[in-house]
Amino acid sequence: MSYLEVKDLRVAFPTDDGLVQAVDGVSFNIERGKTLGIVGESGSGKSVTSLAIMSLLNRKHAIISGEVIIEGKNLITADEETVRSYRGHEMAMIFQDPMSSLHPFFSVGDQVAEAYKVHNDVSDEKAFDHAIQMLDRVGIPEPAKRASDFPHQFSGGMRQRAMIAMALCNDPSLLIADEPTTALDVTVQAQILSLIKDVQKEFNSAVIVITHDLGVVAEVADDVMVMYAGRVVERGTVNDIFYRPEMPYTVGLLSSAPRLDQVSDRLIPIEGQPPSLLRLPAGCSFAPRCFAKSHVNGDACDTTMPELLQTRPGHDVRCHLESSARISVAKQRLAGEN
Amino acid sequence: MTEPILSITDLQMYFPVMKTGLRTVKTGDVKAVDGISLDVMQGETLGLVGESGCGKSTAGRAAIRLLNPTGGKIVFEGQDITNASRRELRPLRTRMQMVFQDPYSSLNPRHTVGRIIAAPFEIQGVKPEGGIKKAVQELMERVGLNPEHYNRYPNEFSGGQRQRIGVARSIALRPSFIVLDEPVSALDVSIQAQVVNLLDDIQKEFKLSYLFVAHDLSVVRHISDRVAVMYLGHIMEITDRDTLYAAPQHPYTQALLSAVPLPDPIAESQRERILLQGDLPSPINPPSGCVFRTRCVFAQDLCAVDMPELREVAPGHKIACHFPQISLQKQIEIRRPHSDQPMPPSSIQVDRPQTSGPASGRDFVGE
Ligand SMILES: Nc1ncnc2c1ncn2[C@@H]1O[C@H](COP(=O)(O)OP(=O)(O)OP(=O)(O)O)[C@@H](O)[C@H]1O
Ligand SMILES: Nc1ncnc2c1ncn2[C@@H]1O[C@H](COP(=O)(O)OP(=O)(O)OP(=O)(O)O)[C@@H](O)[C@H]1O
Ligand code: SF4
Ligand SMILES: [Mg+2]
Ligand SMILES: [Mg+2]
Repeated sequence: MSYLEVKDLRVAFPTDDGLVQAVDGVSFNIERGKTLGIVGESGSGKSVTSLAIMSLLNRKHAIISGEVIIEGKNLITADEETVRSYRGHEMAMIFQDPMSSLHPFFSVGDQVAEAYKVHNDVSDEKAFDHAIQMLDRVGIPEPAKRASDFPHQFSGGMRQRAMIAMALCNDPSLLIADEPTTALDVTVQAQILSLIKDVQKEFNSAVIVITHDLGVVAEVADDVMVMYAGRVVERGTVNDIFYRPEMPYTVGLLSSAPRLDQVSDRLIPIEGQPPSLLRLPAGCSFAPRCFAKSHVNGDACDTTMPELLQTRPGHDVRCHLESSARISVAKQRLAGEN
Repeated sequence: MTEPILSITDLQMYFPVMKTGLRTVKTGDVKAVDGISLDVMQGETLGLVGESGCGKSTAGRAAIRLLNPTGGKIVFEGQDITNASRRELRPLRTRMQMVFQDPYSSLNPRHTVGRIIAAPFEIQGVKPEGGIKKAVQELMERVGLNPEHYNRYPNEFSGGQRQRIGVARSIALRPSFIVLDEPVSALDVSIQAQVVNLLDDIQKEFKLSYLFVAHDLSVVRHISDRVAVMYLGHIMEITDRDTLYAAPQHPYTQALLSAVPLPDPIAESQRERILLQGDLPSPINPPSGCVFRTRCVFAQDLCAVDMPELREVAPGHKIACHFPQISLQKQIEIRRPHSDQPMPPSSIQVDRPQTSGPASGRDFVGE
């Protein structure tokens, strides 16, 4: 049994304009010691998925169904008490913007210590010592001195390190990092990614990294899940996704990104823009932008949502086109021919 | 040789740091841009890259005199505009334009798209042939917006479309030079490619020169003819784009390139990364000598004393470093999706630079 199992997760937000189905039937498993990368366009439901796993969505504003099972316990139906004992202890999350999760009026050390005390019955001093150890662990220089600094006295990279220290202080088995490096420079990103990889090895945690940067996924992930308009459209090992992508959206993403290691005359964008979640297309949500649609007989793409089906063991794709046809379209696309 | 359309020499842009109290006193300067020199040639795209806060936007804004520089000289189309007054600058504003980073805050939410794109005509008192509305709708068409959406407001457009609005506005007066400040940074990859292609096309069509400010090194490689790398208010390296990506000589450029993860898991796992220690120093109190020395693994005593000059190490290739590093090329096979064979080895510098002492070209020996 996997450490975390997510089954048919759905999250909808009732709004004045109608129901926003932000996450629509997402399922995946993850083992300890493994990293799952989640990629997808802005608004595709990556953050909502992770907030649902952490039970951080306000039930008054969100309709949630499905299962989030950690070690046999379904957190979707569990009471608030249980969820709280899991959060921080069993699972922890780091966000894109560390400033939004660090309180401006308390020292960094106090905040890490506080997070530790939630799950450990220790004195303030012991907790603060533990905080200093954690800050040291994530590479804050002179941690004993810097622990009494306030967040605004830290640089962006140091704040992200402090957040990671806070997330890790109770030794969680699951770490969710939502765009952990998007606000950081590449040189600092490289430091933070290598830190995440190190702590994962040390704590043998299951890690979920959410990002829109394909390079980050290639660097850290074992498995990858591609989301589009609230649904998983392709998932597989990192090698499946990067070397054998089949879903036209995944292929489109790979072919539209300029590469550091290559010069191309012209980028190949995906035309159009993602659909509004309030007015999803009747068939495949990618159909209005899809360059492979013309290869499908009939009007299935515009009328029926394709299912997420296995194309090879461990590699699933949501597309009406047959696998061999998908691959030939992908080859043409990547060669700049369609 | 083509002529530079813009020529900047020793440009400085300092912002005063004030301490408020009973009396407001100046306590220092943010040395956002501290003596940079560069030329933008006719019809070329010069990429300006560097990490957050290194002074890229400030340099771009000062270059077209949206700021009053603290020192240095700016020559645009042969005219010295360093100290030009607002009135003197006004006619020049038709020739030089800017597109801003944030497609959300750079457009007035209370103005229709038509009015936003028409603004340059009105400010300059230009009456386009066939009327303003027609001109604006042609511009909308040109940048891939539906001209019927003339009366819509910015919030009805996506990020990519808003950036198209900014581009339409910037080309309204047929400028010769545009500063593009992170024009695609806020966009998703698939949309980013649309806007990059648009910028490519209008550059050719209107014979534009670009100063392309960005922190994304992959986008910069795609769009630039030459690239300048900035760090803490200084230019560290400037050369043609192929040389910069294949054979950079400044330790900072090398670290920066090695930090970018490639969308290629196998190549990625074989790559060695140069991890820079620590954070960017403050531009209020930059390190003495070479500003990069506090994070540079090759730094020696000299680096703390002498600020290295930006000097030519090969034709058209300038770097500011006492100890240039000739990078060793480690050949890594790049794999492409669905390609049965690995691609030819990558041309990017992927391994640690030579560490065995200073490379040739150093200008102090055994002193
Ligand atoms: N509280 C809410 N009420 C209504 N809609 C919401 C709410 N939270 C999120 N959404 C919508 O759900 C969709 C998915 O949002 P989510 O934040 O998960 O996207 P994302 O994939 O993380 O995007 P990004 O890359 O921009 O962070 C979006 O369309 C968003 O507008
Ligand atoms: N108007 C201003 N007043 C005071 N300081 C400023 C001002 N504008 C910029 N700075 C400072 O000058 C430095 C350079 O800023 P600039 O915006 O040019 O950097 P940048 O390279 O464009 O960074 P980013 O990638 O984050 O956009 C920063 O330290 C910034 O805080
Ligand atoms: S189902 Fe049709 S529209 Fe959707 S990705 Fe496949 S080919 Fe394209
Ligand atoms: Mg998000
Ligand atoms: Mg900037």
